[in-house]
Amino acid sequence: MSGYTLDISLTVNGERLNAHVEPRKTLVDFLRDDLSLTGSHVGCEHGVCGACTVRVNGAIVRGCLMLAVQCDGATVETIEGLSDSGEVADLQKAFERRNALQCGYCTPGMIATVQDLLKRGGVPGREEIREHISGNYCRCTGYHAIVDAVEAVAQARARTQMKK
Amino acid sequence: MKPAPFAYKKARSVEEAVALLGQHKDARLLAGGQSLIATLNMRLSTPSLLIDINGISGLDGIAHKGGTVEIGALTRHAAAERSETIAQHAPLIARAMPHIGHVAIRNRGTLGGSIAFADPAAELPACLLALDGELEATGPKGKRTIKADDFFKGLFETALGPQDVLTAIRVPAAGKDTRVGFAELARRHGDYAIVGLAASARTTGKGLSDVRLAFFGVGATALRARKSEATLVDGDVDAAISALDLAPNDDVQVTGAVKKHLAGVLLRRVAKQLMEARP
Repeated sequence: MSGYTLDISLTVNGERLNAHVEPRKTLVDFLRDDLSLTGSHVGCEHGVCGACTVRVNGAIVRGCLMLAVQCDGATVETIEGLSDSGEVADLQKAFERRNALQCGYCTPGMIATVQDLLKRGGVPGREEIREHISGNYCRCTGYHAIVDAVEAVAQARARTQMKK
Repeated sequence: MKPAPFAYKKARSVEEAVALLGQHKDARLLAGGQSLIATLNMRLSTPSLLIDINGISGLDGIAHKGGTVEIGALTRHAAAERSETIAQHAPLIARAMPHIGHVAIRNRGTLGGSIAFADPAAELPACLLALDGELEATGPKGKRTIKADDFFKGLFETALGPQDVLTAIRVPAAGKDTRVGFAELARRHGDYAIVGLAASARTTGKGLSDVRLAFFGVGATALRARKSEATLVDGDVDAAISALDLAPNDDVQVTGAVKKHLAGVLLRRVAKQLMEARP
């Protein structure tokens, strides 16, 4: 059965594409190995660490707990897409400015997860930010700087919104 | 790629899924996949076929009718978390929702999947026991209904047969006199509980009746503490804690003795929730 593939058609970062995938290939392996989108990281591969977090049909999911064949017809957005569109540019700058990363392994998943919180609007409290990133491990920063960065961006976005 | 090879088929109806389960003895149903795909990645599970039920229409949805809240098995945790119907008519499930995994997990994971998987430290099996809920399963002989008290048989073992598909979850809608309580202790928000407690009762004005206490993380399945239930009707929380007939085993996080102590701590917190006036 190894080598048996199925045809899928999906949109990744705005680009429509067709692929043949083995059923056992997870979404994150498909993105990294077949599409060379290596921004989504592979950490624990059982849903605990959050390094593989990507958006499927607008909702964040674990790239390691979804099969590529399940994404037939889906719209997938990775950190590459979020970066290129500028959607998370302010978060990326704030992470850098506040040392909210050291090794950077968790950062793509972390950015996707906090953007999911911030795009709901409003300024979440620090507790709410912590709760939202509770499924994303960072072994370097101790999270404090990450919460600082997210809080700063939330406040800045709220100020921009008020001026409009 | 970590999973062992398997074939994949999208079922278009419950009947087709049941038929496929009959043809392939070691096939597994794929719903949200938030536990199954993890076990595939670790090769703890090596099915020859995955039957994806995500495309079956009519298997999700939340409805309040005739004093019952019916939740389709394929309803995602995130949908239940946002549901006004759940918040109003099944407040215990609403309280449990934020404790289940993390946002990205709740976006995929399904209520039916969590119940059919029957992890002994999971929230939803305990909620069903506490609410005296029932499950609807569809098998080769059609639909049948199973009471929650008869559903959870052992460690990851339920009353579902090899060809059964869990299709719906039903709980009685909360009335004016319904009180619910929920608490759990976990190392990290969203992790499986060290110990947890889901409870429901009716207020009689002076005290409580119909108390149902369902602990999780303390045995092979979620467990009702029946002696404590009877004691709590009399309003004596200390006696209810002394009456806790649980014998949890040690696990990687804490000893059984600590779990037993924590179960008492949670019972005190939840008893307070049950006795408070409904907001």
